[in-house]
Amino acid sequence: MFELSPTEWTAIQLSLRVAAVATLVATPLGIALAWLLARRDFWGKSLVDALVHLPLVLPPVVTGYLLLLTFGRRGVIGAWLADHFGIVFAFRWTGAALACGIMSFPLLVRPIRLSIEAVDRRLEQAAATLGASPWRVFLTITLPLALPGVLAGMVLGFAKAIGEFGATITFVSNIPGETQTISSAIYSLIQTPDGDAAALRLVVVSIVIALAALVGSEWFARRATKRLHGN
Amino acid sequence: MLRVDVSKQLGEFAIEAAFASEGRVTGLFGASGAGKTSLINMIAGLLRPDRGIIAIDGETLDDTADGVHIPAHRRRIGYVFQDARLFPHLDIRQNLDYGRRMNRLAEDPAQHARVTDLLDIGHLLDRRPGRLSGGERQRVALGRALLAQPRLLLLDEPMGSLDEERKVEILPYLVRLRDEANVPMVYVSHDSGEMRQLATQVVMLRRGRVIAFGGPEMLPGTASPA
Repeated sequence: MFELSPTEWTAIQLSLRVAAVATLVATPLGIALAWLLARRDFWGKSLVDALVHLPLVLPPVVTGYLLLLTFGRRGVIGAWLADHFGIVFAFRWTGAALACGIMSFPLLVRPIRLSIEAVDRRLEQAAATLGASPWRVFLTITLPLALPGVLAGMVLGFAKAIGEFGATITFVSNIPGETQTISSAIYSLIQTPDGDAAALRLVVVSIVIALAALVGSEWFARRATKRLHGN
Repeated sequence: MLRVDVSKQLGEFAIEAAFASEGRVTGLFGASGAGKTSLINMIAGLLRPDRGIIAIDGETLDDTADGVHIPAHRRRIGYVFQDARLFPHLDIRQNLDYGRRMNRLAEDPAQHARVTDLLDIGHLLDRRPGRLSGGERQRVALGRALLAQPRLLLLDEPMGSLDEERKVEILPYLVRLRDEANVPMVYVSHDSGEMRQLATQVVMLRRGRVIAFGGPEMLPGTASPA
């Protein structure tokens, strides 16, 4: 029973690629934003905070449609990117990665922000008196001490990106081999008369991926915590 | 030579302090709440004065009239905090080396050996801060500040969090530091006994103001026999 068809394999590989790219691109941005929210006071901070969390509370279809309006072929940013850089998001796997990145962003930022807030600022002050510029304080003290949170955020973001469905299918549709991820493949298979077995196989695969991510993050977090406070 | 003439409003509390000192160890003496820590935080550059001047050896670090404020990391002023503040994710060797790396100083094994010998911390190098006793942690913090080669060393009640036994253990190291390390120090304490043993000049503070300046003989309890 557990023979995966080429279409199913393609969907699995595409899902992994989309989620990995989304997470890797979103992480540096997420760290920067988390640091700003945790450590700086600026005008419009609560607005930025609300914007980051918006994809969490908006219906995913709405987020997908907004993406289509802005990053689509004729969207304000989409048209400009296509004309000047040849970068196209609409109906491409890169668009799926963009949608997944935005949908998973709040889940990525939150643990990072919390762990940066938990870093003792007195240690950062001590580093400054030893000659470390703010940037080097961040790199040598804040970031290493916040590492468990960064890893937790990345795993949560990755898991969310793997499972993302609504915004992705609205923005880039459901094209096998280009934008058909595990979720949209399952959706198609359920609607096909003989698709039940294939759908079930993909369900098992997504459970395995989710479990592996959780176990992996637990292991990483424990190791990182031990390394940080370890004696 | 350290020159301080600053004012700073911290909520209800106002600091209005001026002194100039030349001594090897300038003691800032006063009860808790006298503004001692805020004052050395200003010297370190961690706190910005509302008004005034801070200068060391003729170099201006703060001058509110001219808008000068050198950030803490460019002051080359070492700081030993009451609570050591060792970096928990680095071992003792890396903690000691931190200031040298951040200031891009060349490695100096001789200086490293001198400091670790002076403070008796050579046997701790491969350990993590979590495994050290309070007294050991404080000695490492002293070494870490010294190895950044500061031009002034600030010590904020470095024995404040230690019990009597540990204090007795640390005090000789501080005396050695004063006599051998060749770095001028500002020593903050509310303990006149400690002050008498370490300070060469004393600034007495009360409620944010300097109420006396002079030699350690003016400290309370000096006249009475020990």
